[in-house]
Amino acid sequence: MSSIADLCVLESCADEAHTLDDYESELPRWCKGCGDHGVLVGLQRVLRKNNVDPENVVSVSGIGCSSRLPHYLKTYGFHGIHGRALPIATGVRLSRPELPVIVIMGDGDCFSIGGNHWLHAIRYNINAVVLVLDNEVYALTKMQVSPTTPDGWKTNTTPRGNYLHPMNPLSAVMGMTNISFVAQTATWLPNHLDATIEKAWDHRGLSFVRILQRCPVFMPKAFGEGGLHFPVVFLEHEDGVPVHPSLLNRGPAQAHNHHDINEAQRVAVTVDPAPMGLVYHDPNVPTYEEIRWSRQEQPDHRTFLERLDDVMDRYTVS
Amino acid sequence: MSGPRLIRLPEHIVEIVSDAGEGAQKAAIAFAQLCAKAGNGLWTVEIIPSEIQPPPHTTGSASGNRIRLAERSRVTNAGNRANVVLAFNEMALLSRLQAGTLADDVLVLIDDQWATHDVEKYRHSYREVLDGFRMRGSTILEIPMEKETLRRVEDAQRGKNMFAVGLLCALYNKDMDVLDDVIRGIFKNKAQDVVELAVRLADAGYQYGMKHFEGRFEIEAVPTDVPKVAMNGNTALALGAVAAGFELCSMYPITPATSASHALSEVFEDFGGFVHQAEDEIAAIGVALGASYAGKTALTITSGPGMALKTEFQGLAVMTETPLVIVDVQRGGPSTGLPTKIEQADLLHALYGAPGDAPKVVVAPSTIEECYYILTLARKIAEEFRMLVIVLSDANLATGQQLFDRPDVSLTPRRPPLDLGPVSADTLPYDWDPTTGLSHRLIPGQPGGMGVTTSLNHDRDGKACYDSERNQRGHAMRSRKLAALQQSLNPPSVHGAPEGDLLLVGWGSTRGAIEEAVDTARDEGLAVSSVNIQFLSPLPPGLREIFSRFRRVVTVELNYSDDWDDALITKENRRYGQLAWLLRAATLLDIDCFAKVPGRPYMPVEIYDEIKRILGDQPGIKTSAQGLTATEEVM
Repeated sequence: MSSIADLCVLESCADEAHTLDDYESELPRWCKGCGDHGVLVGLQRVLRKNNVDPENVVSVSGIGCSSRLPHYLKTYGFHGIHGRALPIATGVRLSRPELPVIVIMGDGDCFSIGGNHWLHAIRYNINAVVLVLDNEVYALTKMQVSPTTPDGWKTNTTPRGNYLHPMNPLSAVMGMTNISFVAQTATWLPNHLDATIEKAWDHRGLSFVRILQRCPVFMPKAFGEGGLHFPVVFLEHEDGVPVHPSLLNRGPAQAHNHHDINEAQRVAVTVDPAPMGLVYHDPNVPTYEEIRWSRQEQPDHRTFLERLDDVMDRYTVS
Repeated sequence: MSGPRLIRLPEHIVEIVSDAGEGAQKAAIAFAQLCAKAGNGLWTVEIIPSEIQPPPHTTGSASGNRIRLAERSRVTNAGNRANVVLAFNEMALLSRLQAGTLADDVLVLIDDQWATHDVEKYRHSYREVLDGFRMRGSTILEIPMEKETLRRVEDAQRGKNMFAVGLLCALYNKDMDVLDDVIRGIFKNKAQDVVELAVRLADAGYQYGMKHFEGRFEIEAVPTDVPKVAMNGNTALALGAVAAGFELCSMYPITPATSASHALSEVFEDFGGFVHQAEDEIAAIGVALGASYAGKTALTITSGPGMALKTEFQGLAVMTETPLVIVDVQRGGPSTGLPTKIEQADLLHALYGAPGDAPKVVVAPSTIEECYYILTLARKIAEEFRMLVIVLSDANLATGQQLFDRPDVSLTPRRPPLDLGPVSADTLPYDWDPTTGLSHRLIPGQPGGMGVTTSLNHDRDGKACYDSERNQRGHAMRSRKLAALQQSLNPPSVHGAPEGDLLLVGWGSTRGAIEEAVDTARDEGLAVSSVNIQFLSPLPPGLREIFSRFRRVVTVELNYSDDWDDALITKENRRYGQLAWLLRAATLLDIDCFAKVPGRPYMPVEIYDEIKRILGDQPGIKTSAQGLTATEEVM
């Protein structure tokens, strides 16, 4: 079985081991206390752990606070437009399947303006680590309601309280055909976060990871003030995200078979307590790029010309 | 010689129409191939209903083809009003009259089954429509197409079209043996008995014609040694994309562009390419841009409404200087507009549709042959200039078929491998040449080149920045590339004399009709010439100089302009055709326009009439009496 991780390990086996510095670009300009810092470090750690050459990784993002991440991660990065990270990532994967791709989006970016691409990228099952940094608010545009903002919460566009219940991204993706990897973690659980990103990296297919993180500026009280009073339950399985004993003071652990889609769907609809860990995993869903490349030929130039000549024959009339 | 007398003609236009699904299009394809093999020049246009299964025996159900065939080998447009129409029923016939495409004295060949049909309504409308045609001066040949077909096959729907081709083979004095070959070629994937039946029915039609036609037409043709291909513009674009070395086409279905993707999908995987049908128009361009960022050559194919949805990504391609090609097969707008019909109304949107200052290259093929070659040009410019190139085709080119010299595929360049060589760590992702704005592209996988490509304003190092100096520089560098490209272009050539009373300026597929009208007018001694503009952005050099040698300059374009005679329209508020708008701005000359939205190509005769009207100073066009004046002087 080969995953994107294996591919790059093979290519870099002759090189010396990389250090975290190799993946550090300019100093991040996120707010103090923002969970984005933790995700950046988690990604740098997983790249170092797999000894990936930084030039062979592409990180793609949309628009929003979290989408600045490619600026701070020293790989090839593409900071695109709002909601459209996944089509760009699909283009990269389809044309250069040897390059691992990491996609960074925010909740508004992925679930709202990019909703169509979100669902269809899951259907394609491109091989990419897809991290949604969900702070339940539009922060870069200064506090507007997002699809995951809790009911009744006041934002600048809902000054009298949010009208709608928050959407549940986990149950949404668990309804999609070809879903292959779903996990949830939080930035206030750094070990769990790192372990979840690692699991996502190792998966061959679209790894959808929702990362809960508090916005310290606009939503300081979200997630029980950043996890202090936020009920969670840790999903436990021998192949799942390890549950370190120190986590158990945040919430109980619960046995969960993430290979069972019905069980995963049941867990996915639960929001209180929020499930943490690997919700669903099917390592056998073929990726879009595998399917497409297996049906495509790369003819040499001579064959290319012969075939073009044959095609031209079909249209030749005299 | 026994049999009908022969009438020699330089060219003719035939239309074949039936209800959708009755096979008139197949008949037309067979007839067109028959003429092409004989060496006639051709232009064919599909007549397509806008619904898949419209109610039968109505004008909305008419489906078929128009075929213009000529002695000369090069036919550049669909021509004027048709000389012959072969119709399976009177409503299909009537639809062509309503479309204004038939000559008054058109020869009508029609299935006579409706004269004695069980349904009284059909008998009545058949008589009424034919009486109308007779009064206009038509000759009508009522032919028992249904009856003759039923003598040989149980279901007339399966074969009447072949009987019809046989009729035309006789009418145009073509060789039945060649038609036999053509039919066998067209049906080569069908069962043997189906093929034999088709040939027998065609022969029956041929024999019927030889026996009953009093006159027949002879359009002589000179078979050439140069092999010719016949295809429509969308197929030419698709094969051109293959030949240009594109590796990914990402698209979303939209009329009239989609058939280009069909043609590409059929073959692309054999050439190492992918057609990706995305979830929407936005994703379609996004996937293409992602592939191009990753170093492969990608394009997206769409039409007007899709262009609208793609504008944000266009801006991203411009800002990040990611090479990208968009093909826009234009249709009538705004909004859903006329999905199957031609308009040239996306010009200004292509140039200025994206928000912010977003300089890009816009080129337009003017013939079906150019549809094949233009993607090689587009790809080269996109990659060398790191620019977005928009190719504006249209519904006329998309569905029209033209004969042209078979492209020499051995000249197709080898697709170069990706350059993934290491670069030094201080390599700039935008090492702009200060004069040209050109820079080298870094490709993911190149050691040392790591960094972010951002939609934010950035400087040479690629990093986001917000200060005025570096914002000004970024804009200047992106804009300068257009000037650099413009310096490499030649002035367009003038069709006709280099000076005169009137210059018609067009772009895209109107070229053939314009040049034909100009030729006719020049033969009569009128001092008119024309220019076709292939580069709409940047405009080619020398336009003002060329224009200044004519007393008047008028654009001919298929988009809307206010008529001078309309209520409330004044020199101040008149909205000009889009090309006129552009050229007035670029040259400061008082350029007028002949710009209408008929939903079909201009016939040469319409342009000819316009030439006469302008040069005859008839009312309707109020160009300055002194001739061409600079707009600044007028204002």
